[in-house]
Amino acid sequence: MLTSSLWLVIVLILAAIVVLWLIASYNRLVRLRNEVKNAWSQIDVQLKRRHDLIPNLVETVKGYAAHEKSTLDAVVTARSRALGAGSVEERIRAERDLSGALGRLMLLVEQYPELKANTNFLALQEELSSTENRISFARQYYNDSVMHYNTTVESFPQNFVANLFSFKPAAFFEAEEPAREAPQVKF
Amino acid sequence: MWEAIRSNRRRSRLLVSLMGVILVGLGAAIGAGLAEGLNAAGSHQEWRAFDRRVYQERGRFRRYYEQKAVAVDPSRWAVYGAGAALVVWLVLWLTAVAQGDAVLLSASGAREVRKQDAPQLWNVVEEMTIAAGLRRMPRVYIIDDPAPNAFAAGYNPEKAVVAVTAGLLRQLNRDELQGVIGHEIAHIRNLDIRFMTLAGVMVGAIVIISDAFLRGLRYGAVGRRSGGRDRGRGGGIMLLIALVLAILGPLAAQLLYFACSRRREYLADANSAQLTRYPKGLADALEKIARHVSLQQEVNRVLAPMYIVNPLEARSAFSLFSTHPPIEKRIKILRAMGDRAGLADYEAAYRQVHGGRGCFHPQTLASETTVEARSAYAATETREERIARVREAADALSNAAGYAVISCACGVRLKVPPGYRLPAVRCPRCGRIHQRPGPVSA
Repeated sequence: MLTSSLWLVIVLILAAIVVLWLIASYNRLVRLRNEVKNAWSQIDVQLKRRHDLIPNLVETVKGYAAHEKSTLDAVVTARSRALGAGSVEERIRAERDLSGALGRLMLLVEQYPELKANTNFLALQEELSSTENRISFARQYYNDSVMHYNTTVESFPQNFVANLFSFKPAAFFEAEEPAREAPQVKF
Repeated sequence: MWEAIRSNRRRSRLLVSLMGVILVGLGAAIGAGLAEGLNAAGSHQEWRAFDRRVYQERGRFRRYYEQKAVAVDPSRWAVYGAGAALVVWLVLWLTAVAQGDAVLLSASGAREVRKQDAPQLWNVVEEMTIAAGLRRMPRVYIIDDPAPNAFAAGYNPEKAVVAVTAGLLRQLNRDELQGVIGHEIAHIRNLDIRFMTLAGVMVGAIVIISDAFLRGLRYGAVGRRSGGRDRGRGGGIMLLIALVLAILGPLAAQLLYFACSRRREYLADANSAQLTRYPKGLADALEKIARHVSLQQEVNRVLAPMYIVNPLEARSAFSLFSTHPPIEKRIKILRAMGDRAGLADYEAAYRQVHGGRGCFHPQTLASETTVEARSAYAATETREERIARVREAADALSNAAGYAVISCACGVRLKVPPGYRLPAVRCPRCGRIHQRPGPVSA
């Protein structure tokens, strides 16, 4: 028969184990949530990079295709709208529009071989396509980290800790639909 | 993805502990074996004092000293042996960590590139950094070698390094380059370099200790008195165990090491497909590399295992001592993934190619779902793009080496080496004279 003091020791040890596990769980949730925040800000960084590239791009294209005002203006207005967007929803929509406008501009560029051969433009094009890649990779990483965070928040032992300290599942960054407008080709 | 890293970490710790057990066991067995050998041969002698009565003087003693065979305690020597083994390991480990990447980079002749030297390469590395969630982008280096290959180095992901050969830049298109860089970045993120360094140091320590012990036995440092006499029976069991461990230990450790290396390569391939969402890129790249890798010049034996395809293994058959899995298998698995790109898809393809055997631990795959691959960046590469790529590869190399570029009006781009001291440069095609360019900014 175990003495009462031995029982006490056992209970204390178990309590200590539970507390340690709680601490470790909480820290892990904090780390994952910070990872999600970090991934979101990475998306921001790449979007801003795209905003910064656009004026230079528009100027270069204007040098060769100044009469394509409508497409160029569409890009510029889409950019200013994206810069000025407020809520997350607005920003997502504005960035999607900007992607569409840029896509149409790039289709346009195909018709101007001198523009395509210009080294400055080639460098800009590489930067732009790399930025688009980066945005999509940042989104991919964000979604991966959100998935990992959500899985941890929702799975069995951790969901107690999550509820206790109000960790909520995060939202995925929805994939943008490709621009469905047919490109306007003017001859 | 994170599960893979966590299970990797767990497995690394397990493996390193296993090797540590072999190491410490070997040291202890050698210590105990030596002790028993000394005891049996009676060769451990210490000065002992004894008193002898002085002749015809009552009550007076004189102290004499003689050498007597004294038994040493095998268990204490076992502890000393284990301690010595750990010291050897520590010294090797500190050496490996302290050296850092500078030695590797200079051994391969790599030069650092800045963004303006090789913009496409730089962009691809940054894209993969973002996809993998690394905090800092690795430094990018270029190696002057016509054969395509690449490696990653860096004990710490914060101070990592990625190096590619000029041949790789020349021959691979953007999708393929992304696949290769994705593979290297996956190595960095999975802390593979740190793990293989630790494991390598363990194996090195085991090999050194076993070698020293066996050599010592051969030259009779273990108390053989004269000629090839038998070591004396009774208590030779520890020596026997030490002998067995010294022969089998290095072998077992090396097999473990190479098996781990291969497993890590498969994981890096899978992660690359997952990060790029385009396994065909890496498959095509591996094919191109495999075709030309035997052209590689100046391959350092130490550096060879760290490349994406081991240039020393390219020609020889696959064996249990290979650092990399056979290239055909790697390509087959990637192609069998079809239009899917997740870790679970890689596992399915692996099973298909290897007839049912799996690659990853079930826990790694626990939270992995199947993922769709993306489409290629360019359906076909135009001739202009290919020419631009080859030119950029050559430019990257000369820019990294400090060459200055003068664009002549006739279209030739003159590349002036950094040591050029004459005041003017003449264009070889049209004969125009250009002024020597100013110092190249670092």
